[in-house]
Amino acid sequence: MNVEPFIGLSALLFTIGAVGVLVRRNAIIVFMCVELMLNACNLAFVTFARANGNLDGQIAAFFVMVVAAAEVVVGLAIIVSIYRTRRSASVDDASLLKL
Amino acid sequence: MTSLSTVVLAASEHADVVPVAADGVFSWLWLVVAIPAVSAAILLIGDGAGDHGPLDRFGHLLGTLAAIASFVVGLVAFIALLGQDVAERAITHDLWTWMQVGGFDVTMSVYYDQLAALFVLLITGVGSLIHVYSIGYMADDPRKRRFFGFLNLFIAAMLVLVLAGDYLVLFLGWEGVGLASYLLIGFWQEKRSAAVAAKKAFVVNRVGDLGLALGIMLMFAQFGTTNIHDVGLNVANASQGVATALGLLLLLGACGKSAQVPLQSWLLDAMEGPTPVSALIHAATMVTAGVYLVVRSAAIYDLSEVARTAVVVVGAVTLLYGAWIGCAKDDIKKALAGSTMSQIGYMMLAAGLGPAGYAFAIFHLITHGFFKANMFLGAGSVMHGMNDDVDMRHYGALRTMMPVTFVTFAMGYLAIIGFPGFSGFFSKDKVIEAAFATNFWAGLAALVGAGVTAFYMTRVMIMTFFGEKRWREGVHPHESPKIMTVPLIVLAALSVGGGALLFSSWIVDWLAPVTGEEHHELPVPPIVITAIIVLVVAAGIALAYVLFGRRAIPDTAPQKVSVFTRAGRADLYGDAVNEALFMRPGQYLTRSLVYVDGSGIDGAVNGTAELVGDGARGLRRLQTGFVRTYAAEIFGGALVLVLALLAVNLA
Repeated sequence: MNVEPFIGLSALLFTIGAVGVLVRRNAIIVFMCVELMLNACNLAFVTFARANGNLDGQIAAFFVMVVAAAEVVVGLAIIVSIYRTRRSASVDDASLLKL
Repeated sequence: MTSLSTVVLAASEHADVVPVAADGVFSWLWLVVAIPAVSAAILLIGDGAGDHGPLDRFGHLLGTLAAIASFVVGLVAFIALLGQDVAERAITHDLWTWMQVGGFDVTMSVYYDQLAALFVLLITGVGSLIHVYSIGYMADDPRKRRFFGFLNLFIAAMLVLVLAGDYLVLFLGWEGVGLASYLLIGFWQEKRSAAVAAKKAFVVNRVGDLGLALGIMLMFAQFGTTNIHDVGLNVANASQGVATALGLLLLLGACGKSAQVPLQSWLLDAMEGPTPVSALIHAATMVTAGVYLVVRSAAIYDLSEVARTAVVVVGAVTLLYGAWIGCAKDDIKKALAGSTMSQIGYMMLAAGLGPAGYAFAIFHLITHGFFKANMFLGAGSVMHGMNDDVDMRHYGALRTMMPVTFVTFAMGYLAIIGFPGFSGFFSKDKVIEAAFATNFWAGLAALVGAGVTAFYMTRVMIMTFFGEKRWREGVHPHESPKIMTVPLIVLAALSVGGGALLFSSWIVDWLAPVTGEEHHELPVPPIVITAIIVLVVAAGIALAYVLFGRRAIPDTAPQKVSVFTRAGRADLYGDAVNEALFMRPGQYLTRSLVYVDGSGIDGAVNGTAELVGDGARGLRRLQTGFVRTYAAEIFGGALVLVLALLAVNLA
């Protein structure tokens, strides 16, 4: 099995996600980019699992999904409450944590 | 002159005294301390302070009764002691064990012997009279309950001092009287001068107490015990150096408590206290504790020629020093305070002569206790009638206005100058004789001191009771009430008759078992010395009469005076010397230490903190608060990590 296309796709998706996190201001989009990075990792995990013929990578992917789901719950709740108080979903507006 | 008993005991004789256990009356001796102590506790911590409760109205009576009850117990014990065999006159009564650490054992015990017996009588007797006097003197003071509480505290502490069988217990009493003295000098604490004087007395006394404390520690280190009797036995086997060190350390303690040069400066300021306090503490009893300490430690001093010489030198210097100051002061209490220093100098000098002088030191101490308390109370009576003015230049011609005070004061005056037949004549004469018999220069100092004493006491007498009226306006001198004059009369009688203690050498024989006894032959018959003393005294009186009796006394102190008078007025620059030698260098030291602390140590600490602060202020800018910045930092960090891993793996 040739893993290179899969790994290449995974790397591409990860890069898109990372760039999105760094350059976008909308919290929802930043969030989606984070998901994109996580799923890029998942893709790499299952690819290697398949290539090596064991289930280690698939189990890792499941863990990542569970963490991602928990993170979405907390993250979205924060975003919603910030939006409610500040009427804005821009991550640059919520920059009070500084001196 | 009665010649001394020819029985000459060996110098170490007194160490052979074997104390016997107390029984009968003597087992109740602790009451003599307990009564005033309990009374002091009731007066000082009893309820209802300052709200005109029964303790505020009748507290002074309780305090006075306590002192008198203590005197009665002391008197009964003294009479019982007279009935004992000579060999059984040192009585010890163990009350409880104060502390026990390993082999070190301090017993709270009453040690009652011939010396302690005399002191108990003096302290409680004169103390009771002064309590009675204070009822009148302090009648209008709103805090007299506290005053009597302090007086009782003093009596109790002083009795602990003289009845102690252990140097550590003696130290307890020693500090107790220091505390009482501090509290009573500063009794009118609203006066700044009184508060300062109290502090000064306390601080100067600390210096002396340090000597005593070191002495006690040295005893413990050398002998493993601080029991006075055991130390006396052990010191005989110790080296000469130890005996000398102990003697000098105890002398330092004695100098502090007894206001001897070089620790004399506090006594003149201590006159800020109420006059009964000056009479009781700073004339009759507490200031003589140093003499008591030296005599009580006779076993130590007998072994060290150096320490004895130091005591004689201190005594001789102080007796002239105090007399000089007494000549220059216009404040009647300060003139008397200078005289007190001088008279204690006599006692010290006598005590330094060793077994030949101990008994005379105590004899002079007792007669001085009578006539000086008498004169201080007389001065208080005069001040009472003169609206508390102490300047003798504002007195004059008071003899007709205050006849009782005048006559009693005159008795004290005749006693202190050594008028033949009065108590001071016998005691001072004996001291001077003993001094001449041992060392010519010590005798000469004592002889000159006697002349100066006559001079300044005559001056006080003339300025106060004779000459023109120099009263200030609105002052109406009057005789004091009976409650004040009766103690004066009793003390005057004692001043006159106190010399009876020497009748057929009674006091010398009485004290011989405690202090040992020696008789040095004079090069000339004693009667010649006595005649010379009387002549010198007469010369002092005559000079004072010419200078002060024949001329008018200026209303204000003249400023164009000789350098001697000026020095005397400034206490012979004792304070200036202390300031120059101790205070200034101390101040410089502390100031430089503060500077080092401020710029050196604090500088290093503050500098470090500032460095960290500045660094943090720079680093703070990294915290922008923007999520994307942090994300980029994490990304960058991850990138560095990955590159590092790759670099390691590829290498």
